[in-house]
Amino acid sequence: MKLRAARRRRQSTFRRVVVTLIGLFFALPIVGMIEFTTRAPGGGRTLDTWATLFNLGVIDRDYPELKTGIQASAGLVVLTVAIMLFMLVPTMTWVRLRLPGMRRLVEFVCLLPLTIPAIVLVVGLAPVYAWVAYFLGESSLWLTFAYVVLVLPYAYRALDAGLSTIDVRTLAEAARSLGAGWPTVMWRVILPNLRTAVLSAAFLSVALVLGEFTIANLFSRDNLQVAINQLSKRDASLAIAAALAALILAFTVLFAMSFVGTGRGSSRREEA
Amino acid sequence: MGALLGVLPFFAYTTIFLAIPTIIVVVGAFLDGRGHPTLGNLRALAQPQVVSAFVRSTVLSAVTATLGAVFGALLAYAVSTAREGGLLRRLVTSLCGVLAQFGGVTLAFAFVATVGFQGFVTLWLEHLGIDLAGSIWLFEPYKGLILVYTYFQIPLMLIVFLPAVEGLKPQWGEAAESLGGSTWDYWRHVAGPILAPSFIGAMLLLFTNAFSAYATAAALISQGSPIITLLIGGTFSSEVILGQENVGKAMALGMVAIVALVMTIYALLERRATKWLGR
Amino acid sequence: MASTTKPGSDTVAGSGPDHGVAVTLFELRRSYGPIRALDGLTLEISPGEFVALLGPSGCGKTTALRVLAGLEDADSGRVEVGGKDITSVPTSSRDMGMVFQAYSLFPHMTARQNIEFGLQLRRMPTARRRARVAEMLDLVELSDHADRYAHQLSGGQQQRVALARALAIEPQVLLLDEPLSALDAKVRVQLRDEIRRIQLEVGTTTLFVTHDQEEALAVADRVGVMRAGNLEQLASPQDLYSKPATPFVADFVGLTNRLHATIEGDHATLLGTSVPLLPGSPRRGTAFVLIRPESIAVTADPAGRATVVTASFLGSTGSLHAVTDSGETVLTQIDNDAVATFNPGDKVTLVPRPNPALAVAAD
Repeated sequence: MKLRAARRRRQSTFRRVVVTLIGLFFALPIVGMIEFTTRAPGGGRTLDTWATLFNLGVIDRDYPELKTGIQASAGLVVLTVAIMLFMLVPTMTWVRLRLPGMRRLVEFVCLLPLTIPAIVLVVGLAPVYAWVAYFLGESSLWLTFAYVVLVLPYAYRALDAGLSTIDVRTLAEAARSLGAGWPTVMWRVILPNLRTAVLSAAFLSVALVLGEFTIANLFSRDNLQVAINQLSKRDASLAIAAALAALILAFTVLFAMSFVGTGRGSSRREEA
Repeated sequence: MGALLGVLPFFAYTTIFLAIPTIIVVVGAFLDGRGHPTLGNLRALAQPQVVSAFVRSTVLSAVTATLGAVFGALLAYAVSTAREGGLLRRLVTSLCGVLAQFGGVTLAFAFVATVGFQGFVTLWLEHLGIDLAGSIWLFEPYKGLILVYTYFQIPLMLIVFLPAVEGLKPQWGEAAESLGGSTWDYWRHVAGPILAPSFIGAMLLLFTNAFSAYATAAALISQGSPIITLLIGGTFSSEVILGQENVGKAMALGMVAIVALVMTIYALLERRATKWLGR
Repeated sequence: MASTTKPGSDTVAGSGPDHGVAVTLFELRRSYGPIRALDGLTLEISPGEFVALLGPSGCGKTTALRVLAGLEDADSGRVEVGGKDITSVPTSSRDMGMVFQAYSLFPHMTARQNIEFGLQLRRMPTARRRARVAEMLDLVELSDHADRYAHQLSGGQQQRVALARALAIEPQVLLLDEPLSALDAKVRVQLRDEIRRIQLEVGTTTLFVTHDQEEALAVADRVGVMRAGNLEQLASPQDLYSKPATPFVADFVGLTNRLHATIEGDHATLLGTSVPLLPGSPRRGTAFVLIRPESIAVTADPAGRATVVTASFLGSTGSLHAVTDSGETVLTQIDNDAVATFNPGDKVTLVPRPNPALAVAAD
C-alpha cells in the first residue's frame, strides 16, 4: 500500500482545487474586460475595439491623450529603470565594499517608501515639484524622480538578494589587484554577476511605473493610467482594452523574468 | 572620507525627493497658511468628515487584509506544494506580481466591466432574475471597494507569504510524524506557530497596502471622499478654505503615524520569523 | 538479545533496558523513473544491534532508511519490525526515533520542549514527562542548555538534543540519517563516540547511514556497504576491512593498492612474493591484487627494485609513496619515525605481508 503516494495525490488535488477556485476569482474580471471590449452593437462579438487600439494612425488622430499617455509611460519606464540602476547598484556595491557600517542606514532609507503612502509623498512633493518645474519644465517625464523613490524598496530588495549571493568583496579585490579601475570593476566584474538581480529589479520597476496613477493624476501630468482614466469618460470600451493590454504586457514581462532566474545569481554547489 | 563620496549621489537624491517631502508634510502639519506654528490643522482632524474617513479606511483595510491573508495563505500553501521551477508556480507568481502592483485604474475598470452596470455578470444575473441592488453597490465604499481591494490583496499576500511557507523545512514535518504526530498535530504544534509571525506580519503589510491605496477608489468613486486617501487627494483640487490650507498635510501626517505604527510591529515580527526560518 | 561485541568495549550491546527488536528489510525495490534507488535490498538487523549503511551518494542508503521510517514507499518488498509486517503502517505509528542531517530541531521550541514533543503527543502525565525529559537531557549531557533554542545551540549540541528527542519516546528502532555530515571534523569524532555510548546504554536497534567509511567502521557492530541499490557486503568492520568481498568494497573502505600479479590457484605472486588470496578472487591468470598500505613492508635496499617518490609524516603514522622498476605506483604505511630515513630517489625493497588479499581479474 502506497502511503506517501496517496498523500502526494491528496496534496495534488488540494492544490488543483485551491488554485482553480482562486484562479476563477481572478479570471472573472479579466474575462469581464475581454467580454466588454468585444461587444458588438447589435449583439455578438467584434474585435473592432481591439483593432482600433492597435491602429496607430487612428490613435494618433482620434485619441491623442492615449498616445501622449503611452509615450510618457514608455519614457518614464526607461528613465526610471536607468536612474534606479545607475544610482542603486554602485551605491549598494560601494557600501558593501567600503562602508559596511552604512548598510543599515541605506537599507532604512530604501525601505522607507514602504511606510510612506504615495498619497502622502505627493503632498510633500508638491512644493519640490514646483522647483522641478521651474528648472526643468512641466514635462511628464520628470515624474521619474518620484517614481524612482517609489521603486526603491523593491529594487533594493532584489539587488540586495543578488549582492548577497556573490562575494562582492573578493571579486572587487581580485579585479583591483589586477589593475582595474572602479568603473571597470563595476561594469565588467560586478554587474555581469548581478544579471538576475538587476533584471528582477528592472522588471519590478517596469510593472510599478506602468501601473502608477496617483502621483501622475494629482500632479496633472500624463501617463498611461491617467490617459486610460480620461479615455474612459469618452470611450469606455477602448479604455478597458488599453488597460487590459497594459496588464498583459506587464505580466509577460514578469513571466519572462521568472525564466531568467536560472543560471548565475542562484548558487549551485557542486556535489563531490 | 573619500569613501563617503561614493554614497553622496544616493543620499543627495533621497534627501531631495524623499526626506524633504517627508519633512514638508511633518512640519507643514503644524503650520498655518502663513507659515506660523499652529495646532489648528490637527484640530481640524477632529472634523466628522475626517474622522469617518479614517474610520472607513481602517475598517476597509482591516477587512481586506484579513480576507487577503486567509485566501492568500491558502494559495501560498497550495503553490508551495507544486514543483519548484514548474510552470504553475511561475505563472502564479508572475500573475500575482502584476496584480499586486497593478491595482488602481485597471482593476477598477475590470470590475466595472464585470459587475458594473453593463458588466456581463450583472447582465447574466439579471437573466437569472437576480438584481444586484441596482448595480450601484460597486461604487459603495464598503461592498464594492472590499471586493476590488481583495482582488489585489490576495496576490500581495502570496508574494509576501510564499517565502515563509517555503521556509518550512521538510525535516520538521518528518520529525513530527516519526514522533507520532498526525497532520493536525503538525499544523497545530509546529507549522502553525512557526508561520504565525510571518502570517500576522504579512497581514499587517496588507493593511498598510489597503490603507495607502488611492487609485482604485479614485477610479471608482467620482463623488465624495469616503476614505482618507481620497480626502487628501481632494485637497489638491478643491477650493481651499482660508486657514485650512495645511489640513491636507495634517491628514497625511495622521496616515503616516498609523502606517508607521503598523510597520514597526511588522518589522518586529519579521525579525522573529527570520530567526526561526533562518532566511 | 546481545549480538556482536565491539572488541575492547566493556559493555555488551543490549545490556541496557530491553528495547531491542529485530528489523528485517526484505527485497526492497524502489525506482524513481529510470533510476533504481533500491534494487532488491535485503537486510536483517538483530535486536539491539548497531548497523551502519555505507556507500557513495546515490547508492540508496538514505532511501533504505526512509523506507524503514515510512517516509518513502517501496515499490515492492516488506519491512518487518519485531516480527510484524509494518510495510503499510504509517510513519506516525511506527514508533521510530529519527535524527536528520540538518534542521533536526523545531526552531520555535527550546531543547526541553523539543524533547518533550513526542511525549506530549502520547499524553504522558506531566510529572513522568518532566522526569523523562530530565533523564534524556542527562543522557546527552545538555541539562544546562535545556532552555535554549536551536539557533542558540551549536551544531553538535543540536544533534544531541535531536538524539534525546528521538530516544525520549523509547522507540523500537533508532534511525540516523547522516547525523554527523554537517558538523566540523572534531565534533564529528566526539559525537560519534557519544552516539555509540548512548546506544549501548539504551540498547535500541539502530540503523545509521553515512558516506564516511571511517565513521561507519568506528561505531557499528556491522557495516553494510551499498552500491546501486543493493548490498555489496554486510560484515563486521574488521571483516569488511581485511576480507573485502568485492573490489568495490576493497576500494571504498580504506586505502588500497592495485598491483599486477600472476595467480596460481589460491595464491598470487606480486612484487616477487607469494600472497594468499581471499575467496572471490580468480583462480588463474594475470590479475590485480588489492592490498592495503600497511600490508606492505618497506626496507631501504640499494639493490631494491623500487624507488621512493615521497615520504610523508602524518603525525601518528607515515606514508611512503614509491614506484617499482616496472612502473607501478605503490602506497605503503611506515612508522612515523622512519619517515626521515627515506629520501626521494632512494632504492627500497617492497615485500607484501602474508595477509590474505582480494584479487581482481586483469582485463
